Amino acid sequence: MKNSKFWFSFFIGPILFAFIIVVIVPMFMGIYYSFTNWNGIGNTADWIGFKNYIEVFRDHDFLSAFIFTAKFAIVSVITINLMGFGLALLVTRGLKISNLLRSVFFMPNLIGGLILGFVWQFIFTKAFDGLGRMLDLNFLEGWLSDPVTGFWGLVILMSWQMAGYMMVIYIASLENIPESLMEAAEIDGANAWERLIHITIPLVAPAFTVGLFLTLSNSFKLYDQNLSLTGGGPYNSTQMLAMNIYNTAFKFNAFGLAQAKAVIFLITVAAISLTQIYYSKKREVEM
Amino acid sequence: MKRNRSKLLILGIFLGLLFLSPFYIILTNSFKTQKGIFLNVMKLPFGQFFTSNNYVEAFKELDFIHSFLNSLLITVSSTIIIIIFASMAAWMLVRTKTRFSSFLFFLFAAAMLIPFQSVMLPLINIMGKLGLLNPFGLVFMYLGFGSSLSIILYHGFIKNIPKELEEAAVIDGCNKFQVFWYIIFPLLKPITVTVSILNTMWIWNDFLLPQLVINKPEWHTIPLKMFYFFGQHSKQWHLALAGLVIAMIPIIIFYFIAQKHIIKGVAQGSIK
Repeated sequence: MKNSKFWFSFFIGPILFAFIIVVIVPMFMGIYYSFTNWNGIGNTADWIGFKNYIEVFRDHDFLSAFIFTAKFAIVSVITINLMGFGLALLVTRGLKISNLLRSVFFMPNLIGGLILGFVWQFIFTKAFDGLGRMLDLNFLEGWLSDPVTGFWGLVILMSWQMAGYMMVIYIASLENIPESLMEAAEIDGANAWERLIHITIPLVAPAFTVGLFLTLSNSFKLYDQNLSLTGGGPYNSTQMLAMNIYNTAFKFNAFGLAQAKAVIFLITVAAISLTQIYYSKKREVEM
Repeated sequence: MKRNRSKLLILGIFLGLLFLSPFYIILTNSFKTQKGIFLNVMKLPFGQFFTSNNYVEAFKELDFIHSFLNSLLITVSSTIIIIIFASMAAWMLVRTKTRFSSFLFFLFAAAMLIPFQSVMLPLINIMGKLGLLNPFGLVFMYLGFGSSLSIILYHGFIKNIPKELEEAAVIDGCNKFQVFWYIIFPLLKPITVTVSILNTMWIWNDFLLPQLVINKPEWHTIPLKMFYFFGQHSKQWHLALAGLVIAMIPIIIFYFIAQKHIIKGVAQGSIK
């Protein structure tokens, strides 16, 4: 018995140690710090109760970041998953260039968000401008210089980056649909649209759970792309939650306040993910 | 049916080109002089506006070989350490049928819900006190943050390996360490490929954690170097674009080599 305890800690100990130091301890410390006036530098952190949390709800920048993030998450979850599912349908039709297309659609996903943000900063500010002047399309000019184009800029960037990833998930699920089912429906006289609605989509439902979960939590946690595409500008109007937390801590040295925001952020992300998992699982069973 | 097919083909080609167009624009403009970019972004870089000098300068300023090696060292060592300890832990968790072991597995899985930003401030504080704000500490932190997904993936795979294999080895006098490394670990190869690809992709591209941890310029990874480089040259797109292309080259080469594994790995990684 002693022996088996030794082996248990021998195998699990190292990674558990890292996990506790890096994730668990900071999480509990973070909750504690959110009730203090911690300034990040010294060890001084005096208990001030709910003061930080009250402050958070008076912080206009935080509230607008919250709304901006929520809007962004809703829109981008829809565009990313629609695009990903559409691309997956396209490349599972037995076209000769299917494999090539898969590689192309997936490629943006590999490159880091920071670099992609810079890439699109050039596309939006320079290439769109040039194209707009060439084709005389006014709406292509001046992108990223106001909140609206900044918002859609982020949506376009994220859809382009993540659609390929969702495509891969949906392909795996589409390929599991038995051929015979489709043929039977075809013989029964179901057209392509009816087959999509009544057979394909219900059978792909588990993959939608995964896809929605991944895109929703990724959109809420977005930081790199936000930083490199708009930097939160103009005038913090495209600042998202993660960036607001970072700036509160490192630009304004209000670590306690930043940590209170971080706790609210944690609760929001966890709640969204859990609700989403719960409802999707329930739906899957019913179908 | 045939006409439908050619319509799909045209749609596919169009979308493929559309997806690639950002890369095309970056690549063509990276070979232009500053004036060439200013005059016309859509033109190809020919004639008096062509230059390859951007690359020479960007390569030097990014200190590319150095930052590439930093990225490589940090990514490879973190991934190897994650593979070693995650596979060991997952095997033990599967083979130990106690409440404590299920609790630990639940803990690792639940931690997937914790966003990085909610722990980063206390984490940096702790690491600073331990004197671990350096590449060594960074690798340690990647082990902690990589543990959840890697253990879940190994756990799912190991559940399907029959126990009889190990029992024979135990009878032959192997201890657990030997059983794991000689018998189990080789069987895990497919999932090890997946785990290493998922971790490599994430760690290679990670920006925020290295930015918080690495404060010495000589340890800057590619994303970090790119960030500061871009900040210095935000009005000089000709240099910035060449830098972006250079920074993307290693990933694209990696993609060409390991494409099949990467796509398969992503599909597997998301199913769990």
